[in-house]
Amino acid sequence: MELFSNQVLAGLATGAIYACMSLSIVMIYQAIDHLNFAQGEMAMASAFIAWQLIQWGLPYWVAFGLTIGLSFGAGFAIERSLFRPLADAPVLTHVAGFIALFAIVNSGAGMIWGFTIKEFPSPFGNGQFLGSELLSAHQAGMIGATALLLLSLYVFFEFTRVGLAMRAAVSNPESARLVGVNVSWMIGLGWALAAGIGAVAGMFIAPLVFLEPNMMGGILVYGFAGAVLGGLSSPLGAVLGGFMIGVFENLIGTYVPGAGNQLKLPIALFLIIAILRLRPQGLLGRAFVERV
Amino acid sequence: MTALLEVNDLRAQYGAVRVLHGMSFALNEGDVTALLGSNGAGKTTTLRAICNSVSHTGDMVFDGIALRGKSTEAIVKLGIAHVPQGRGTFTKLTVEENLQLGAMVRRNRPDIVSDMDRMYGYFPKLKERRTQQAGTLSGGEQQMLAVARALMLRPRLMLLDEPSFGLAPLIVQSLFDILRKINVEERVTVLVVEQNANLALQISSRAYVVETGCIVLSGNASEIASNEAIRKSYLGC
Amino acid sequence: MSVLPDTSIARNDSTSSIGIRTILLRWSRPLALLVLVLLPLAASDFVTFQLTMLLVYAVALIALNVLTGFTGQFSLGQNAFFGIGGYSAVIVVEHFHLSYLLGIPVAGVIAAIAGILFAFPALRLKGVYLALATFALGTTIPQLLKLDYIEQWTGGVQGMMIEKPMTPLGLPLSQDAYLYYLTLTIALGIYILSVNLLHSKTGRAMLAIRENETAAAAMGVDVAYYKTIAFGLSAAFTGVSGALGAIVIQFVSPDAYTIQLAVAIFLGIVIGGVGWLPGTIVGAAFIVFVPNVAESISKGLSGAVFGVLILLVIFVFPRGAQQVCDRLLGVEHKKD
Repeated sequence: MELFSNQVLAGLATGAIYACMSLSIVMIYQAIDHLNFAQGEMAMASAFIAWQLIQWGLPYWVAFGLTIGLSFGAGFAIERSLFRPLADAPVLTHVAGFIALFAIVNSGAGMIWGFTIKEFPSPFGNGQFLGSELLSAHQAGMIGATALLLLSLYVFFEFTRVGLAMRAAVSNPESARLVGVNVSWMIGLGWALAAGIGAVAGMFIAPLVFLEPNMMGGILVYGFAGAVLGGLSSPLGAVLGGFMIGVFENLIGTYVPGAGNQLKLPIALFLIIAILRLRPQGLLGRAFVERV
Repeated sequence: MTALLEVNDLRAQYGAVRVLHGMSFALNEGDVTALLGSNGAGKTTTLRAICNSVSHTGDMVFDGIALRGKSTEAIVKLGIAHVPQGRGTFTKLTVEENLQLGAMVRRNRPDIVSDMDRMYGYFPKLKERRTQQAGTLSGGEQQMLAVARALMLRPRLMLLDEPSFGLAPLIVQSLFDILRKINVEERVTVLVVEQNANLALQISSRAYVVETGCIVLSGNASEIASNEAIRKSYLGC
Repeated sequence: MSVLPDTSIARNDSTSSIGIRTILLRWSRPLALLVLVLLPLAASDFVTFQLTMLLVYAVALIALNVLTGFTGQFSLGQNAFFGIGGYSAVIVVEHFHLSYLLGIPVAGVIAAIAGILFAFPALRLKGVYLALATFALGTTIPQLLKLDYIEQWTGGVQGMMIEKPMTPLGLPLSQDAYLYYLTLTIALGIYILSVNLLHSKTGRAMLAIRENETAAAAMGVDVAYYKTIAFGLSAAFTGVSGALGAIVIQFVSPDAYTIQLAVAIFLGIVIGGVGWLPGTIVGAAFIVFVPNVAESISKGLSGAVFGVLILLVIFVFPRGAQQVCDRLLGVEHKKD
C-alpha cells in the first residue's frame, strides 16, 4: 500500500508538468477554437528567454515576471501578425500555420541558444519537500503554482467582464460583436494569456527535464492527453486531466511488468484515442446541445 | 416628430451581388416601424448595414451622429441593439450570462442587476432557466432571451430580425404582445423586419415595403393593413 | 467553414486561345514523364539517389492527398505508416529472406491494416480531434519501434540495414538507376490509380464528405466507411513509399520516422496544393532539396526555412503550386 501511495504522489509530481501544459492548450483552444500545435515550442522559447535573463544577472523572480510579460506580448503579436489574417481561412491552413510556427520557434531557439542541454534553476530550491523522499521542493511548488494559476483563471473567466466577453467571443463571435464585444481583441488576448500560461509551464518544466529546444516534444502529447481527458472546454478539467495522466503513467510503470519508460508515450496515445472515442467532451467538459 | 435614425441612399452588396439599391427611410423616436417584404428583398441586409456587419455605402444618422465608418462595437455603444436572425444565442453560456453580455458596454452594476430582474419580469421562463445553458432552450425561449439580451443594453433603438421565425403561432402571438408592451414601457424605438406582415403591422405605427433592395412603398401601418391592393400585390396576404 | 482551401476549378480549355498555353496544358503530362524518364541518364549516382527519394516522397504526398485532398481528413501521423512500411519491407527481406519486390506490396498491406485499425476508433473524430489523434500517433511511433519486446525483429534503437538490390535481368543500368526506374514505375502506378479513384463513385463520395460531411451523410453516403477506405488506402500508399524509401536508403531506424517526417509530408501537400496531384512533385522536391539548402546556410536552420516558406505559401498562394501553375497558364478559377 505504501508503494501505491508513494507512486500516486510521484505521479502527481510529474502530473503537474502535464497539468500546466494542458491548461495552456485549453486556454488557446477556448480563445480560438483550434489546437495550437506550437504551444509546447512557445513554452520552450519562454523558458529560454527566462534562462537568458537570469544569465544576464537578473534575480529569478524578476526574470520570471519579465518572461511572462514578454510571452504575453509575443502571444498577442503572433496572433495579430500571423493568425488574424488567417481568421477566415480553412482549418487546414490553420494547422499549416501552427506547424510553421512550431518549426520556426524550434529551430530558431536551436540557432540562438544551441542544442546542448542547460540547467534551469528552480525558485523552490533543490531540496526535498518537507523531507519527503518522493516529492522534491520544486515539484511541490509546481503543484501549488498550478493550483494558484487555475484559481486565478477561474476567477477571471467566471467573475470578470473581460472573462465573460472572451467566452462570448468564442461561443458566438457574430453575436458578441452585436453586444459590443471587440472580438478580434478578445482573440488576441486569448493568445496572450495562453502564451503567458505556457511561459509559466515552460519555466517550471525546464528544471525537471533540462532546457533544450526539443524538451517539450513528448510533454506536448501528454498535455494534449490531459486536456482531452479533462475536456477541452474546461480549464479545471484540463488540470485534473494532466494530474491523472501523471498518476496513471506512474502506476502503469510500477505495476505493469517491463513497461517502464518505453510505454509512456504509447499509453498517452492510447488514452487520447480511447477518451476521444468514448467521451469526446472529456471528464469535465460540457456536452452542449445546439439547435440547428 | 424627430427622426431617431435617418437612412439615406443605402447600398450594399455581398461580393458581386448587389442587394440594396439605394434605400432611404427614417424612424421616428418611440415608434415601432416595420420593414416588410418577401424573402431576399434585402430586409436583413438593411439591419446588418445599420450595425455595419456588412459593407455598404450611404449615409445613416442616428440621433445626430453619423454612423459612417463606425465599428459594430461603437454603434452598439450608441444604443443600437440588434436581435439577429437566428437569435444569436451564446449557446454554451448560461441564460444569465447571456443577459449580462447584453449589458457588456454598460458600467453601472446596480442598474444592470435591476434591469435583469425587470427582464425576468417580462419573461418568467428565463428566470426559471437562468443557470441553464442557453443552447438547451426552446426556440421560443431563445427568441425571448435574444430580445431580453438586446434590452439589457438599454437601447434607444432595437433592430428585430424575423422574431417570429420558426416559432409556433401561439408563441409568436405572446412574443408580439410582449414586444408591444416593451415598446411602451421601455420607451425603445423598434425597427422590426418580418415576412409575416399581418403580425408586424399589428404592433407598428409605420411600415416600409421593400422589394429587391428598394423601398417601393411606405405609409401608416393601419393604412397599409387596410389596403387590400397593397396587401395582395406586395405582402402576399 | 470548409476544411480545405477553395479547390473548385472551372478548367475552361475550350475558351482559351490556341497558343503556347494550350500546348503546355495538353502536353504537360507527357512532357513531364519524358523528363522523368530521361533525367537519370544525365545524372550522377548521387543525384539519381536524390531524384529517387523525390519520387518516394511524391508517393507519400499522393497518399496524404487521397486522405486530405479527396476526403478532407487530416493526418499529422503519416510518419507512422511510412515507418511501418519501411520496417515491414526490411523484415520481409532480412528476416524471411524474400525478395524486396515482395516486401513492397507486403509493406503496403501491413500499413493498410495498421491504418484501418487506427481508423476505426479515430475516424469518427471531427477534424481537429483527428489531427490531434494522428499527431499523437506520429509522436509515439519512434518509441513503439524501439520497444524491447520486438527488438529481435526491429533491431531496437539501432535499426536495421538492408542490402541494395542488384539490377535484375542483366539490364544495362546502375543499381541506383534501376531503383530510380522501379520507384518511378510504382509512383506512376499509384498516381494513375489515384486519378482514377478520384473520378470513380468512391472518389465522388469522398469529395462529398470533404465538402460537407452532414450533407453527404444525408445523401446516403456512408461517411465512416469512405473515411476508413480513404485512411486505409492512404496508409497503404504511404507504406509502399516507406518501403521504397527504406530500400533506397538501405537503412531503417526509429529516429528516421519522427514527427518531423509527418510535418514534412504535411507541408509537402500544402506547398504542392492540397488535392492537386501534379503538385506532389513540387512538394516532394521541396522536401528533398530545401533542407539541404537550408542546412548549408546554417546548421539547424532547416526548420525555420520550412516554417517561413510555409507561411509564405499560405499567405501568398493558399493553394500552393497549383495556384502558381494556374496563374502562369492563365487558368480561371471559379469564385464561390
